[in-house]
Amino acid sequence: MKKVEAIIKPFRLDEVKAALNSVAVQGMTVTEVRGFGRQKGHKEVYRGAEYVVELVPKVRIEVVVPDQAVDRVVETIAKAAKTGKIGDGKIFVIPVEEAVRIRTGERGEGAL
Amino acid sequence: MKRKLAGWILMVFAFTAGAGLVFGQDKPAPALAAAVEPPKPAAPAPTASPATPAAPAPPKVDTGDTAWMLTSAALVLLMTPGLALFYGGMVRAKNVLGTIMHSFIIIAVISLQWVLFGYSLAFGPDRGGIIGSLSWIGLSGVGLDPNPDYGATVPHQVFMIYQAMFAIITPALITGAIAERMKFKTFLVFTVLWATLVYDPLAHWVWGVGGWIRNLGALDFAGGTVVHISSGISALAAAIWVGRRRGFRTEPMAPHNLPMTITGAAILWFGWFGFNAGSAIASGKLAASAFVVTHLAAAAAALSWVLVEWLYKGKPTTLGAASGAVAGLVAITPASGFVGPMPALIIGAVAGGLCYAGVIGKNRLGYDDSLDVVGVHGVGGTWGAVATGLFASKAINDAGADGLFFGNPGLLGIQVIAVLSTWVYAFVVTLILLKILDWTMGLRVSEEDEENGLDLSQHSETGYNY
Repeated sequence: MKKVEAIIKPFRLDEVKAALNSVAVQGMTVTEVRGFGRQKGHKEVYRGAEYVVELVPKVRIEVVVPDQAVDRVVETIAKAAKTGKIGDGKIFVIPVEEAVRIRTGERGEGAL
Repeated sequence: MKRKLAGWILMVFAFTAGAGLVFGQDKPAPALAAAVEPPKPAAPAPTASPATPAAPAPPKVDTGDTAWMLTSAALVLLMTPGLALFYGGMVRAKNVLGTIMHSFIIIAVISLQWVLFGYSLAFGPDRGGIIGSLSWIGLSGVGLDPNPDYGATVPHQVFMIYQAMFAIITPALITGAIAERMKFKTFLVFTVLWATLVYDPLAHWVWGVGGWIRNLGALDFAGGTVVHISSGISALAAAIWVGRRRGFRTEPMAPHNLPMTITGAAILWFGWFGFNAGSAIASGKLAASAFVVTHLAAAAAALSWVLVEWLYKGKPTTLGAASGAVAGLVAITPASGFVGPMPALIIGAVAGGLCYAGVIGKNRLGYDDSLDVVGVHGVGGTWGAVATGLFASKAINDAGADGLFFGNPGLLGIQVIAVLSTWVYAFVVTLILLKILDWTMGLRVSEEDEENGLDLSQHSETGYNY
């Protein structure tokens, strides 16, 4: 099992969700985060006082999938999240040791 | 402990000296000097008032005037919670309650101070042109019959309670300068002392019968000097003496809730109709005129601030629109009963740009007037008082005077004297007060308390629990 963690632009979230559904990914965890890579922040001005805000709002999607599905899921996310402009985000793949379905106690890939 | 004791002893001596002054030799009731034009014309009927207290029949209560004045008092009261929101939205979230509490508690504190002795000091029988006597202490003698000098067609208590709302909001304005770092206990003591030693005398000088600035012929319809210049200049003293916030200019201190600020500004605009139009102390033509010019000045100033900021910084901001409106309202305050609609547009338009410059200038000079009390109230009030000297017209209010543009250059000089006296007196007394309080009680919260925020450190509360 692997966790696929993707940091994307917030307005692409709906596309990514729909795309993942179409490759039979059943669930995901979504969090609102802030961060930056190469994308510059923005400037705010209050009564002449300037503030440079470096941290840009992003969305982090986490899905845990069986090993053989990883490449397909990564590709799906990347295609749906891409705009071609700086700040599109990144995807990371992390090994997962165990998964448990709380309601039934199932373990392993059956819990996904 | 020694310092606190010394401070209290000092206070007792100061009050004893002051009491000696106000309880001084009794004077007969002041004759209504023909040369003195009351800045707040009360009775519309221009009868020749008797010069001696030969007990004429008590003036009749006009229900229209009274209804409007009670409404105006309520409108002005609402301005203080409005100010609380205006300021509250501009500070960081950890200080929102502390900031709101400043304004809100002042309502309670000054209401008591006012009826116990503040009103008497401000409007009581004159002593030497500089203060009222304490003969109206505890509202003694302030009943429901009109006072011929102060609202001849409304119950005296109506005039008193209306003025109370002004006494309340004025110290509340100052709190913007020391936001996010003042000890609550010391702030309470400062408020009472400032009201007694700065506001009450100033109100007497400008509005009290026998007050020396009033006798000079200076015009201040609703409080350009008494409210805005006094609080603006006192705020400067406070910002300088209390010192900058930790992290000023290095840490981000952006407003945490601008929707709250705009709501506050809107409430202030609404309430200002009571502040200015109510200063006619009557319902009728003058109130109508003051109402209209108040609105126009606010509108013109909001636009002009936004335009100047658009050109200078590149974007029009909501905070700018709200601040501009307030600046216009401040500027029109002393002029509201003396100028016409078109001059009001000019006064507002200048106020917007001028106060914006005042705020930018603060950034250059380096003092931390957190919420721009000096730039908006000090600068705006000064411009308004001067503008009154330019645009006042007896055609609008024949109990006033003509200004420079209506053929009378003399008024301008008198206005300048009033402005300068207010600057000097308010600044010096405030500074002395702050030094004494700093020495005895300490003005600032500790570094740790300032870092954690006033809400937690002063009030054990959090503004937002989610």
